[in-house]
Amino acid sequence: MPQIEVSGVWKLFGQQPQPALEALRNGADPEEVQKRYGCRAAVKAVDLAIEAGEIFVVMGLSGSGKSTLLRMLNGLIRPSAGEVVIEGQRLSDLPAVGMRQLRRHTMAMVFQSFALLPGRSALENAAFGLEVAGVPRAQRLERARAALERVGLGRDLGKRPEELSGGMQQRVGLARALALDPPVLLMDEAFSALDPLIRREMQDLLLDLQQDQRRTVVFISHDLDEAVRLGDRIALMQEGAVLQCGSSMDLLCHPANERVRHFFRDVDASAVLSVDAIAEPAPLMVQRNDLERWRHQPPGGAAGVAYVLDEHQRFCGLMPAGGTLLPASEVEQLAAGTTLKQAMEPVALASHPLPVVDAEGRLLGVLSSRQLLKAMVMA
Amino acid sequence: MSIVLVAITSAGPVGQAVDQLVSWLLTHGPALFSVIQALVQGLASFFQALLAAPPAWLLAVLVTLLGLWRVSAGFALFCLLGLNLVLFMGLWEPMIATLALVVTASLLALLLGLPLGVLASRQRTTWSLVRPVLDLMQTMPAFVYLIPAVMFFSTGQVPSVIATLIFSMPPVVRLTVLGIREVPADRLEAGLSFGCSPSQLLWKVQLPSALPTLMAGVNQTIMLALSMVVIASMIGGGGLGDVVLRGIQQLNVGLGFEGGLAVVILAVILDRLTQSLAAPPTKAMAERWRDWRRIWSDA
Repeated sequence: MPQIEVSGVWKLFGQQPQPALEALRNGADPEEVQKRYGCRAAVKAVDLAIEAGEIFVVMGLSGSGKSTLLRMLNGLIRPSAGEVVIEGQRLSDLPAVGMRQLRRHTMAMVFQSFALLPGRSALENAAFGLEVAGVPRAQRLERARAALERVGLGRDLGKRPEELSGGMQQRVGLARALALDPPVLLMDEAFSALDPLIRREMQDLLLDLQQDQRRTVVFISHDLDEAVRLGDRIALMQEGAVLQCGSSMDLLCHPANERVRHFFRDVDASAVLSVDAIAEPAPLMVQRNDLERWRHQPPGGAAGVAYVLDEHQRFCGLMPAGGTLLPASEVEQLAAGTTLKQAMEPVALASHPLPVVDAEGRLLGVLSSRQLLKAMVMA
Repeated sequence: MSIVLVAITSAGPVGQAVDQLVSWLLTHGPALFSVIQALVQGLASFFQALLAAPPAWLLAVLVTLLGLWRVSAGFALFCLLGLNLVLFMGLWEPMIATLALVVTASLLALLLGLPLGVLASRQRTTWSLVRPVLDLMQTMPAFVYLIPAVMFFSTGQVPSVIATLIFSMPPVVRLTVLGIREVPADRLEAGLSFGCSPSQLLWKVQLPSALPTLMAGVNQTIMLALSMVVIASMIGGGGLGDVVLRGIQQLNVGLGFEGGLAVVILAVILDRLTQSLAAPPTKAMAERWRDWRRIWSDA
């Protein structure tokens, strides 16, 4: 079961949301509806299933409804229709107290404007969520200190927000969320207000944090590069509706429609696509045990090389036509996840398609310069 | 006093209605008024006794030290010289009486005004009821409060405190409402998203964020209270107002000026001290200490 499930969610802002909703569902023109009912749809019929442990990026331009969608996940905004289910709990069933418990223990939010409290030190700000949840003082300060140390602010515990730079303030904002140790992090354009260098640092920090402990992160962003860099999956939103939801590779290689394609037009595909996605099956694979047989009878005539595997399908060497075995340690290999950009130089210099291997050394396929070029032209 | 009485006897229909309301209250609520009378008198006497208890020099030194801690070395010097001047003019006791009245009236104004402001900031209907009353309280000429105050509580400290209370309460209510409404939306969202209950949101997010505006309201209330207690000397409030009033009645410019000067000194001290309350003290302390050392090393 997905950790966060959003089904058929609508949000309309204005005077008469219910009749306006009916009209929109029946396909009425949004401008007509706006005129007639004074209502604007911020989120339209969104369905999402967010799995535990993934970084799920909701991407779109400003006004696409992504921040409204995020606020419906923790009940800051109530949907006009549809249902949000968090860890099996339907938000609409929760009384006020239950909603508060959910916010205190299950999900913490990080804000674009940092939203720190001005009178408090970094330590007290980081302890805010725990304070609200009623954790005793000594314990909450200890946990807040640990969280601040984790985000690299161990030396600035006593500083007030106004004494900290933007990047440091957002580290406090992140520590405030982490101190609660929530399974779900909601990040609302969390790094958008920071300058590019600091933004990059914070992205690295977030990815690093995910290595420690995989949390479900719902990340709102208007920055394509950020979305591609962070997101395990991306939901692309426009005018309140989700255009497409999938991995960055899906969105890039198999856009659902013209609008998605348009969105990704400026993205450098070679920096996003990874070699394992375009690798072809090796033309010739030989088991190591059968090697003797092939020595006298070169595989594939003079044309090719054979890729030699052991019994676990791990790559263990190359067998050129009529030659002797080149052990894996002497052969250039591409690790899964290598971007096309990084692969360009080794592929261009190699005389044969390069093997693509996963973390365990298993052969996933091979990448020829021809295939690499083809992929870059297509994307 | 004679001018005031003529105005009441020749009041029009509106005035007569108010008149009737006042006499209705006088006949039906004497018990309530005597309770208020006792409470306010008790409080005023307590502060009077408290402030008069230490010798003048001790209080002056305490105020000076407080000024040094919270404001600046220059201000501390002003406190010391100003309070000595008051003592030298022989106006120490009237000043203490005035201060006791200001403290009593301001305390009551804050006790009533702060919760009222919080309530009005949260409920639109309360605000729409409170707002015209505040407008009335603020714009009605201050002297007008003296009349019903005397009718309900006769003359002396109690009606002075009540009239002062009414006159000085509006700013703290207004600025409390303003301060709480001005809290940035993202801070409220942050509070809510971490699971604040309504009262946690008020105490942990709204009030701390509104504190500077709130303290401005407290400051304004105290300053208005000071200006009113001088007027209230007309109904027997005593203190520095009495000195000024005697100066007017006897056409004694010197006496009036001395009384006025003492009021100014008290006003400046109260103003700076209450303004400084909004700033964090620890950092201020270190800075003041540096200033203080610099002054002495320069001299």
